[in-house]
Amino acid sequence: MRHVISVSVDNEPGVLSRVTGLFSGRGFNIESLCVATTMDPDVSHITLVSVGNEQIIEQIIKQLRKLINVVKVVDLTPTDHVEREMALVKVKAEDRQRAEVLRIADIFRCRVVDVSPNTYTLEVTGTTEKLNAVLGLLKSLGIQEVVRTGSLAIQRTKKE
Amino acid sequence: MNEGMPMTTAIWLFDPAAYRILKAHRPVIYAGGGVILSKASEELTKFAESLQIPVTTTLMGLGGFPAPHKLWLGMLGMHGTYFANMSVHHADVLIAIGSRFDDRVTGKIEEFAPHAKIIHIDIDPTSISKNVVVDIPIVGDCQDALSQLNTLAAEVIPRELASAHQDWLEQIAQWKQDHPLTYDHTSGDLKPQFVVEKLYELTKGNAIISTEVGQNQMWAAQFYHINRPNRWLSSGGLGCMGYGFPAAIGAQVACPDEIVIDIAGDGSIQMNIQELATAVQYELPVKVAILNNGFLGMVRQWQQLFYDRRYSQTPMFSPDFVKLAEAYGALGLRAEKPEEVEPVIREALNTRKPVLMDFRVAPEECVMPMVPAGAPMHKMLLI
Repeated sequence: MRHVISVSVDNEPGVLSRVTGLFSGRGFNIESLCVATTMDPDVSHITLVSVGNEQIIEQIIKQLRKLINVVKVVDLTPTDHVEREMALVKVKAEDRQRAEVLRIADIFRCRVVDVSPNTYTLEVTGTTEKLNAVLGLLKSLGIQEVVRTGSLAIQRTKKE
Repeated sequence: MNEGMPMTTAIWLFDPAAYRILKAHRPVIYAGGGVILSKASEELTKFAESLQIPVTTTLMGLGGFPAPHKLWLGMLGMHGTYFANMSVHHADVLIAIGSRFDDRVTGKIEEFAPHAKIIHIDIDPTSISKNVVVDIPIVGDCQDALSQLNTLAAEVIPRELASAHQDWLEQIAQWKQDHPLTYDHTSGDLKPQFVVEKLYELTKGNAIISTEVGQNQMWAAQFYHINRPNRWLSSGGLGCMGYGFPAAIGAQVACPDEIVIDIAGDGSIQMNIQELATAVQYELPVKVAILNNGFLGMVRQWQQLFYDRRYSQTPMFSPDFVKLAEAYGALGLRAEKPEEVEPVIREALNTRKPVLMDFRVAPEECVMPMVPAGAPMHKMLLI
């Protein structure tokens, strides 16, 4: 099963390599990984997506907690949370296709961030499923290049 | 506690554990190095005795349970005893204490202890369900956990229950009788196992033993019966040849009045042979028993058994260890026949300086019994 794991770590050199080294050393899977500093400059935040059965996910979480520089680990999957991913897509857009690309972009609320005589570059934000859907449609028109961020996730505030 | 934490690791499950143990017909304790580290040997012995549960340990757990004991099964695993492995394979409750289900212990992991509910006591939550899924985890210090289980046992468990699995103990005794830990005595060659047996006999089991890595280590583990904690120094899962001699030197510094013996092979002793100078310089009467078979023996054993004796890079040239010892200012002794072993060991034990003993043992002797790599534990190669 796919799990989204939220990890707070000390913002120090070498910490990320310890985290990824744990995954490679023990043969765990990383689907995606997002890292950036937080409001507190001493803390970085990692959103990590991994696939495995319950036993493997439990091991991943326990092994992460064992690292000195790991401050907090939360498995967001069983909790109510919001997930977003971004992609930049450079699509071939010539002649009659130019309108079609823009139509798809409009339907999925993408933004056009770069234009050239024969391409559009689109910014797409949403869940992994939405991104896959957009990319699926654009593929038939001719995608030149795609870059994706991997998932970010945050817990929803509990409502009283 | 962090949110989303799997609950299984966080709870102390004493009552379910006690219940399981109480209901067991074929219980076995499988203890590891954690018992030594947490000084839980006394509690373990009390626990095993009060419930009459047989005990096996890992390589690192040797000394955690007194070796000459009627509940003692010897080491388990790849070169464990037949009866220890059979006991674990047929157990209905396996109580793992301070051990980590290493591949040398479990053999083919899918078929490890297939009939058993597994109770695992360990201080490290990551150790729980890492290799083998555990039914009842107890996260905590082994000594603490065992003394609580002992209290519970004393309160809850009626006396007669202790004898409830008499059949099981008889079955184990039968396995022990069918395939005891032994070797071929008949050939007249000097056998490495015989050397270790003699070391055990002449030191009355009271030496501190360190080992290198390989056949020497397994023979030491099998035939030098360690009877209390911290008398056994071995590098375990790290598998580093060259560990034994410096470890012995350290032990001798810490315990100047004890007999300290490094049981070594001709391959591994040369990893750190230069430390003879340290031993001589600091007047440390460390003894090194080299089981010299002219091979990197454990690798050769696999080539012998599984690759039709095609020996590749395992035959070893060694220097003249007696002369080498003398060159360092230590005492060098040699035995080539079985009858020479006892005088050599006696002389070594009576010498207050470093001694290198070169035992020229049968070159192609194998460590037996053996679970071949990838096989389940109960399918052992016997002698």
